[in-house]
Amino acid sequence: MSLLEIEGLDLDIHGEAILKDVSLAVQPGQIVGVIGESGSGKSMTAFSVMQLLPDGAVCRGRVTLGGHEMLALPEPSLCRLRGNEVGMVFQEPMTALNPIQPIGAQVAETVLIHEDVSRAEAMARARKALERCELPEAKFPLSRYPHELSGGQRQRVVIAMAIALRPKLLIADEPTTALDVTTQAQILRLLRRLVDEDGMGCMLITHDLAVVADMAHEIVIMRQGEVVEAGPTGRVFDEMRHPYTRALFEASGHQPERDETPRDVPLLQVRDVVRDYALPRTRLFAPQEHFRAVNGVSFEIAKGESLGLVGESGCGKSTLTRAILGLEEVQSGEILLDGEPVFTGHRPNRDVRRRMQVVFQDPFGSFNPRWKVGPLVAEPFHLLDDPPNGADRDRAIAEALESVGLAPEDRLKYIHEFSGGQRQRIAIARALIIKPELIILDEAVSALDVSIRAQILDLLADLSARFGLTYLFISHDLSVVRTITDRVMVMQAGEIVEEGPTALVFDAPQHDYTKTLIAAAPVLPERGAA
Amino acid sequence: MLRFVLKRLVSLSLSLVVASVVIFLFVEVVPGDPAAFMLGLNATEDTLAALRDQLGLSGSLIERYLSWVGGMLRGDFGTSYTYRTPVSEMIADRMWISLPLALYALTLSTLIAFPAGIWAASKRGSLADVSVMGLTQLGVAIPNFWFAMLMVLVFAINLRWFSAGGFAGWDAGVYPAMKSLTLPAIALALPQASILARVMRSSLLDTLSEDFIRTARAKGLTKRQALWRHALRNALIPVLTIIGLQFSFLLAGAIIIENVFFLPGLGRLVFQAISARDLIVVESVVMLLVFAVIVVNFAVDIAYAAVDPRLRVRG
Amino acid sequence: MTETGFLRAALRSRSLVLGAVLTAVFVLAAVVSFLWVPHDVAMLDIPNRMKGPDGMHPLGTDHFGRDILSMVMVGARTSIAVAVVAVGIGMVLGVPLGLAAAARKGSLLDEVIMRGNDLVFAFPSLLIAIMITAVFGASALNAIIAIGIFNIPVFARLTRGAALSLWTRDYVMAARVAGKGAARISFEHILPNVTNLLIVQGTIQFSLGILAEAALSYVGLGAQPPLPSWGRMLADSQTMISIAPHMAIFPGLAILLTVLGLNLMGDGLRDLFDPKIRRVGR
Repeated sequence: MSLLEIEGLDLDIHGEAILKDVSLAVQPGQIVGVIGESGSGKSMTAFSVMQLLPDGAVCRGRVTLGGHEMLALPEPSLCRLRGNEVGMVFQEPMTALNPIQPIGAQVAETVLIHEDVSRAEAMARARKALERCELPEAKFPLSRYPHELSGGQRQRVVIAMAIALRPKLLIADEPTTALDVTTQAQILRLLRRLVDEDGMGCMLITHDLAVVADMAHEIVIMRQGEVVEAGPTGRVFDEMRHPYTRALFEASGHQPERDETPRDVPLLQVRDVVRDYALPRTRLFAPQEHFRAVNGVSFEIAKGESLGLVGESGCGKSTLTRAILGLEEVQSGEILLDGEPVFTGHRPNRDVRRRMQVVFQDPFGSFNPRWKVGPLVAEPFHLLDDPPNGADRDRAIAEALESVGLAPEDRLKYIHEFSGGQRQRIAIARALIIKPELIILDEAVSALDVSIRAQILDLLADLSARFGLTYLFISHDLSVVRTITDRVMVMQAGEIVEEGPTALVFDAPQHDYTKTLIAAAPVLPERGAA
Repeated sequence: MLRFVLKRLVSLSLSLVVASVVIFLFVEVVPGDPAAFMLGLNATEDTLAALRDQLGLSGSLIERYLSWVGGMLRGDFGTSYTYRTPVSEMIADRMWISLPLALYALTLSTLIAFPAGIWAASKRGSLADVSVMGLTQLGVAIPNFWFAMLMVLVFAINLRWFSAGGFAGWDAGVYPAMKSLTLPAIALALPQASILARVMRSSLLDTLSEDFIRTARAKGLTKRQALWRHALRNALIPVLTIIGLQFSFLLAGAIIIENVFFLPGLGRLVFQAISARDLIVVESVVMLLVFAVIVVNFAVDIAYAAVDPRLRVRG
Repeated sequence: MTETGFLRAALRSRSLVLGAVLTAVFVLAAVVSFLWVPHDVAMLDIPNRMKGPDGMHPLGTDHFGRDILSMVMVGARTSIAVAVVAVGIGMVLGVPLGLAAAARKGSLLDEVIMRGNDLVFAFPSLLIAIMITAVFGASALNAIIAIGIFNIPVFARLTRGAALSLWTRDYVMAARVAGKGAARISFEHILPNVTNLLIVQGTIQFSLGILAEAALSYVGLGAQPPLPSWGRMLADSQTMISIAPHMAIFPGLAILLTVLGLNLMGDGLRDLFDPKIRRVGR
């Protein structure tokens, strides 16, 4: 008998069907990857197992965990199972811990809730669980508070809480989505080790095919509340019976068609740029200390080129972006666009600014919700000395919207009427409207589902060919950078540690950090080779 | 933690200095000559000069300010013109009514609000929640002095359980004194308790929807356990802010409520002083109340740090 | 939300409808009182003093024989006028201060504005009123100033807090990339997105203003005779409460219901603007 068996599970929330006839099983010692894009119902499947559903949720069907009928059990019995027989790890480690309780007490609570032991005994068990999650006592005493830990360390604490009682099943809901790629690799390795050591079953929920590819024994692919394909990992990747599986796979490794002729006329030149931030004073009369976010960075982008900038959070890539855009002045070095400095005499140079635009990551936060699309797209006209008016302006807006595949009438709508992918198109239209030469894409596709991401990458490649655009493509996601850039730079702790043609850097990385990054990035198996 | 307290102490002293400057300038500089104000239009130049001397009004602005503040630090608040007695003595007598009244009300308010707010939040959407929230809605809207008058009408005039006003005095013993403060304290506390209960409820509901509550539930805690062990302490942070603010409202409210119950507290003193244009008394009472408010807010800041470890490091 | 959808949701909210109706009743009473009142409030009718409610005087008469219904209607003018102007002062001065502090977060300007706020918070509006009246004498105008001064930090702090989180949004960054300055961004992008919050807080401060005006007039620091005011009516009734309780009950009820109406409306608006519908399922 399976450890976890879900049979014909239907879930309605306030009358809306969220899950339809979902069936899957997890065996002891087995990792089952549940994969789907947003709205696929993969997280709700997990919460149905835990029976931690939002108000107004109604489940039908069968969920059997270690012989318990989860849908039939009363709440007190469910409480005895949660944390004891089944543990759960969540997506957002920054908010998953109680901010005002030390980590030791939070892990020990799992033990105290379920077993009649002394507090000291529970603390000792918590210590052991944290050790198993690679948080050694010397550096991470039980008295630490969550705010003193990094995201990856917090996720380890959450995992320690989940496995403290060695449950039979571990549910991990996008456990690494919020983490950097090297941290992701460590957390995945930890999960796999724990599964092997304890013989747990594990349900690993993710949007990223590559994450499960070399980790899961079985794969379940979900779309819009339904399971479209399931089976052993190798077989699913080999056969891809369902067209959606194929589409998902292709989108994940999508390679847009690009013109890759080498170019050498420099457009953007960055020379020895240094950017310091003043740190808050620790004492009233302490000398002012600085944090060097960008340290002596130099590079060039040629006209029509696509340059990738890769690095983990806090490496200084956002600071560098702001400096290039002329939003913040640098302490030393110079940034030139076509030979013109972005800052002249402590003031941003408007002539240069109007030749660059930017597209941000978050398709939801990038637009003022109270404005219509027309004015939103036209906002960069502010940079022109003589912006078009009336019919000219409307024509320019229509042109920009059409070039990203939207209708001119969309200018009359509000932003909430558009999906995430459409919003990102609008963001690109906003960048295009003043016909810039350089567009900085700051994690521009990172928040999108893979199928949408593939479309946006195609659009970017097409626009570059049509308008001769130059891209600076900033991302933490190596696989995306690989598909859309000619050259790539790797940034670590404010410095560029490696630079070169994309294929060369990926195939033969020279710097240790680059090697770590590339090794940590999960990869999709070659089609049919898994 | 010690550094946090020291830092707060520095900012506390700064606030007190600035507040005293504001009060000083307001009363002594803006309207011209306070002596002329006190004595009215018919005062002769001699009496004015005599009064100025007596009030410590001769000398430069800075000298006068320093002597005022220096006096207060030594417990010397000057001499009331109308009563010809030291202001410090007048205040000391009255303070032992106003301050206990405000504290009594604060205690009542907290004792009512916490259970009501927690109960309503834990039974969200139920009849209990709706009725508690409806009552608090009324409590927030009721003017406290009117509520006091209604209570006098019902409990003092009709039922005769309490006297309609006056103060038994602490000499008569704690029980009679507290009894004469009970109706005023209830009148003060009820509207504040309503506000506090609403804040408690909404803060608790916000906290209950946080991710770490879901984590706690996944550990096997019941809804109740998650609420008591994790949500409550986190929810307390905004509630503490409101308690701090309420103390200043209660002190101010006490001044008004004293009028309804004919309590000889700071309120009565300040109104008599206003009608007698006894500015030095007004100035001292206002300074004293502001001092109390600032000190209470300091205490709230310290309480924050006790609840939230993140604040201790930031300082 | 479309406009009709917004209206429909507004009508579905019971507290919003009830609050709006109560508020409308008192605003209407104040407006009508300019054109017509049942009895002239300036006319004394000593033989008919302290009469209970009857056909002639639905809410009875006061100690000078004046009609209480008429007094309540005219008193609504004072309450509403004081509260509206006081909220206006708070918004007109507080909101720009809050916007400026947020736009220059961490600067000396921000520090000065925030410390100034803390300072005003240490003076409850009653203390400000006491200081003002002690020096300038009691009047409705001074009550307005006292309540208004107290409202400034309320709006400044609210605006700053909301604006700070908006300043981290990407659309603000996009506006900066489009070359817009802090002032322009504050008015084009920040202000429109805090208006909902300001409306909700405005109704709350409005109701607090009515309560504060009543309290100040009750202790003689607000509206002066012959200007009718709910707080003064209560002060007048106090000594007669055992003989003529209706003199205390009706003006108090007027305050209670107006404030209740405004609060319900504020709550309803808040729910409407921020439905907190959590997205479920991924």
